[in-house]
Amino acid sequence: MANVFVWAEHFNGKLVQASREALGLGSTLGDVTALVFGKGVDEVVKEAFAYGAKKVIKADDATLADFRAEPYTALLSKVVKDNNPDFVLAAATVRGREVMGGASADLDVGILSDVTDLKVEGGKLVAARAVYSGKVISTEAYVGSGPQFATLRNRAFKALAPDTSRSGEVSSVAPVLSEDQIATKQVSFEESVGQVNLSDAAIIVSGGRGVGGPDGFKPVRELAAVLGGAVGASRATVDAGWIPYAHQVGQTGKVVSPDLYIACGISGAIQHQAGMRTSKTIVAINKDGEAPIFKLARYGVVHDLFEFLPELTKAFKERLGK
Amino acid sequence: MHVVVVTKSTPDTAAKVTVDASGKPTWTEAMVINPWDEYAVTEAVLLKEAHKGQATILTVGTEEHNEALKQGLAIGLDQAARVWDDALVGADSLLYAKAVAAAIQKLGNADLVIFGKEFADLGSDVHVYQVARKLGYAVLGSVSKILEIDFSAKTIKVERMLEQGKQIVTSKLPAVIAVLKDINEPKYPSFIGIRKAAKAEIPVWSLADLGLDAGTRQTQVSAYTNPPKIEGEVEIIEGASAAEKAAKLADKLIEAKVI
Repeated sequence: MANVFVWAEHFNGKLVQASREALGLGSTLGDVTALVFGKGVDEVVKEAFAYGAKKVIKADDATLADFRAEPYTALLSKVVKDNNPDFVLAAATVRGREVMGGASADLDVGILSDVTDLKVEGGKLVAARAVYSGKVISTEAYVGSGPQFATLRNRAFKALAPDTSRSGEVSSVAPVLSEDQIATKQVSFEESVGQVNLSDAAIIVSGGRGVGGPDGFKPVRELAAVLGGAVGASRATVDAGWIPYAHQVGQTGKVVSPDLYIACGISGAIQHQAGMRTSKTIVAINKDGEAPIFKLARYGVVHDLFEFLPELTKAFKERLGK
Repeated sequence: MHVVVVTKSTPDTAAKVTVDASGKPTWTEAMVINPWDEYAVTEAVLLKEAHKGQATILTVGTEEHNEALKQGLAIGLDQAARVWDDALVGADSLLYAKAVAAAIQKLGNADLVIFGKEFADLGSDVHVYQVARKLGYAVLGSVSKILEIDFSAKTIKVERMLEQGKQIVTSKLPAVIAVLKDINEPKYPSFIGIRKAAKAEIPVWSLADLGLDAGTRQTQVSAYTNPPKIEGEVEIIEGASAAEKAAKLADKLIEAKVI
């Protein structure tokens, strides 16, 4: 069995969803050792076992309490160097990209980044990646030697069903850097509230120029709330100041691939498509039946969104018993 | 103070890119500066103006990447440099990052290295973090605001956009940052800027000039393919009223187990 290390990212005492997916994929490639770094991580360790880890290497220290790239990267590099696993995986989140990119450089090995598919051929990782804003797929293979690194795109891989009866061996490692060797300090963290975490969302309801102004996002938010989804936005609405940038989907915003993407009043410019074309099911709602978004959509509704969205919200409320 | 922006040219964002018969991605439109780098260049110009310092734009690539360098100069950066060597054809991110880091060291005295969030064509930002480690600088990705920067005290305070919210972080300089669109309103070149940029002499450095060799390749592209077409035609939901269409759509999505 291949020896697979997964850097397990967590926030507020829980594994992030994309790390559960990484543990799930890792389990299909070999025996997974989860690397859990932080302060007070016992609950995360349990969760890592539940999601498929066979072993855990943990580092529990005050210098690792807040995520910072330097102490995390230095430690990941050391743990990988000392144990020489076949594969090192993590989610392609903001933190995952920093830590994995950094450690690959420390160890002078290559990395396949933000992959949407990953398999092993002749002992080497082979990945699919979206390039040219998703207009082309590139197949990239590991050809070097040493531990093979890859970061995995959110929602491209499946997490295992959690089983809390699973457990295994836990070993501890000490941090590499002491506090006075670390150049960065976290001053504060302001957690975003509601409907913003687009990367993990199974359902996204997005508004475009057709919403007409900041208030036009109200029916979009109401539909998202009934569906338990996040709220997305086109670049035009963000540039107009109708909604914060954190909601922007597209080339200069976020790349998402939810199960369901409902585009409301979005024409579907190529830059927007770059951020959402891998959504599993796309619904387009636009009063202009010629809008390019209909070419991507599975279902289309040609109607004024202000009239249609409240009716759709009502229809789901009735059917979902809310 | 000295700020370095690292850039490349990419196909215009509206370009249709397809894989041709030889298996290479191809497009007809002109190359432009990587869209994320417009924010990186603008931030460097703002810093240079506010702190009366020097700003350099750097690329590793063939002559077509001069386009991005000239755009940076035209917007107001002071000097440009390009690294190219035949041994860099098909380079992986690790070799690319080594070349960038070595070029930054050759330029000298960098306090801050600014990247755009990612290269839109390669769909990759891994080089940002590799460059930082090769330089031994702190790295802060996903920066949405520079809140404070003090080049004499060598400190920076930024806001970062993570999946769960906003992190405010301080760091010592020198540092590497990767910036998001939210950081500024991009500046565009002036006519005078464009004329100045056209006349600029841009040095080209080889790997030997940087004291590097190509080493062994770690990862390699084996094929490019067009993504699968979205299957089937759109089904337009018809109905006499918004309510009727809404009911039909809701039923279809529930039936298809999408919800």
